[in-house]
Amino acid sequence: MAKANEIKYLTAIKQEKRAKKFSRFEKYGIKYIDYKDAEFLKKFLNEQGKLLPRRLTGNSLKYQRKVSAAVKKARQMALLPYVTDLLK
Amino acid sequence: MNNYELMVIFTPVLSEDEFKAAQKKFIDIITDNGGEIVSTNPWGLKSLAYPIQKKTTAIYWVTEFKGQPDFNEKLKIQLLRDEQVLRYMVTKLDKYAVEYNQRKRSGVPTGNEKAAEV
Repeated sequence: MAKANEIKYLTAIKQEKRAKKFSRFEKYGIKYIDYKDAEFLKKFLNEQGKLLPRRLTGNSLKYQRKVSAAVKKARQMALLPYVTDLLK
Repeated sequence: MNNYELMVIFTPVLSEDEFKAAQKKFIDIITDNGGEIVSTNPWGLKSLAYPIQKKTTAIYWVTEFKGQPDFNEKLKIQLLRDEQVLRYMVTKLDKYAVEYNQRKRSGVPTGNEKAAEV
């Protein structure tokens, strides 16, 4: 009698549990997003330097707005480009 | 007395002492008008993300100061008049920002490092 774990299915069982998204700002208790450290802000930009939407960054609305304000300030002060290719 | 943060971009052709003189000039403007400098942080020559006035590098200078709300208008006039200044930005700091800057200066790890590697 084949034991349960020895049974080989033709198609893999879909066990890939999508990691629960969390807002990193609430979890780590960050209150102020500094527009000066561009490295941290790059986590919220895609390759072209555009802002990632909330569904990808997992931020809550309040902190997504703070991030977008900080990124726009950084772009104004030429710390981040407005548009580029292969930002990372 | 609100807390403000002034970031100024100077032209890259400034020599070291010209840069110091420019810093001194703005520090004097702030202290003369009843402001109080909390900290100055010259970043020096940095490359820009995009060219400003046909220049790809510039000298950055960040300073944090306390001042009267109506003082910024005078500061703006001085900044606009100075042709060495390419661009400037004055931001109002709330209490979290002030605390963040203090922790950054004193080397206490701010929360951002933990969030950075997520």
